[in-house]
Amino acid sequence: MNGREPRAPLARAVRRGDRRALARLISLVERRDPAADRALRELYSFTGRARVVGLTGPLGVGKSSLVNRLIGHLRSQGRSVAVVAVDPSSPFSGGSVLGDRIRIEREDADTGVFIRSMASRGQSGGLAPTTRDVVRLLDAAGFDVVLVETVGSGQVDVEIREIASTSIVVLIPHLGDEVQTLKAGLFEIADVFCVNKSDLDGAEQARRDLVELVALGAPRHGWRPKVVSASASQPFGIDELWAAVESHEAFLDEGTRRADRDRHRLRAELFELVLDDAARRLRGAVEADRTFAELVEEVRARRLDPRTAAERWRRRSARPRG
Amino acid sequence: MPKASKSAPIRVLIAKPGLDGHDRGAKVVARALRDAGMEVIYAGLRQTPAEIVRAAIEEDVDLVGLSILSGAHMELIPRVLKGLRAEHASRIPVFAGGIIPDEDARRLKRLGVRAVFGPGTSLETIVESVRSIAGRSS
Repeated sequence: MNGREPRAPLARAVRRGDRRALARLISLVERRDPAADRALRELYSFTGRARVVGLTGPLGVGKSSLVNRLIGHLRSQGRSVAVVAVDPSSPFSGGSVLGDRIRIEREDADTGVFIRSMASRGQSGGLAPTTRDVVRLLDAAGFDVVLVETVGSGQVDVEIREIASTSIVVLIPHLGDEVQTLKAGLFEIADVFCVNKSDLDGAEQARRDLVELVALGAPRHGWRPKVVSASASQPFGIDELWAAVESHEAFLDEGTRRADRDRHRLRAELFELVLDDAARRLRGAVEADRTFAELVEEVRARRLDPRTAAERWRRRSARPRG
Repeated sequence: MPKASKSAPIRVLIAKPGLDGHDRGAKVVARALRDAGMEVIYAGLRQTPAEIVRAAIEEDVDLVGLSILSGAHMELIPRVLKGLRAEHASRIPVFAGGIIPDEDARRLKRLGVRAVFGPGTSLETIVESVRSIAGRSS
């Protein structure tokens, strides 16, 4: 399927570099519109080329500012960059305030940068339910790098690992106890640690603490996370930060690491889809089945326990009908 | 539009073009719209009209709200309208808020601004107007 240009008009427009079409298609993906489904299928063969880099970490550590600086750095190397910034939706109103929107000084005509905010729309884990698909759209649209900034709720932002090829965990000096809790959560997902605001007191201590923590842990799949000191406001350390990302990417490119990782993720995704489909069909079958309703009554009357009832239904439905 | 799109939240870009640094009004409105279930892209202070147009397109918003307290509204708002037209995005409605004299408000509306909210406009009025401009009155 490689290289076949899509037929869906929006997907074609995205491949042509039409930014409005891309923006539109992202919205359709977010609301799970059938038109988006078709475009995603057609665009899949064009994915897998972008470097997808995640930035995560507690609130207020300056992820957006770092993203701004990384955009500048990548543009100066002539690379195109798309950004997906995820912010939380209110569990009460469903509404969301996204931003301060990432701001970079860019030429008005610069088509090498595309920035999109996403509301998490009810999903915990630091991403929105459709972030993976949105990243794929940006990948298929031809951006060299896709930066994904997560919600920033801290320890639970681990889903980025399923999407990014390199995950940066951003911290600041004096997080102290926070770093301890990171051992269990964010600590496990970092390929690169960035101590932002390293112009502040305590930065060197924070860096040393992290280096020590990293040294204590066993390398994960052969990689020991890098620790970089940076400051988005000064700025300094931005080149080093990107160099650390590149070195992790180079590490993935050795042997079959990238392929193994890709296979592992796609397997999980495919399994999830198969499972969804099976669950849907099974639900239909159960709802239409009188025996199932009878079994529920048996359980309600305490004549059967739920596990035995479920087993009975399974055996019965597995039996070929005469 | 397919059925699913009805349930998608209204997306609004709230921006402050120009140099005045008073963003309290913009923040209060952003928050009210959020509490009404909308997704508000808060662009923050000192945006140029070109940046606002760009953000409106990339974020695929249903509306753009501009807050101006500097008196430069007759300069900046038409430039946003013009920019949207130049990008074939004039379908995105624009509303404005701030200290805008009635005469200017009338002129802005003639230019295509859908609503102008002066000081003292209730948040309910703003939320309802935004819904109705987005074509999703409840």
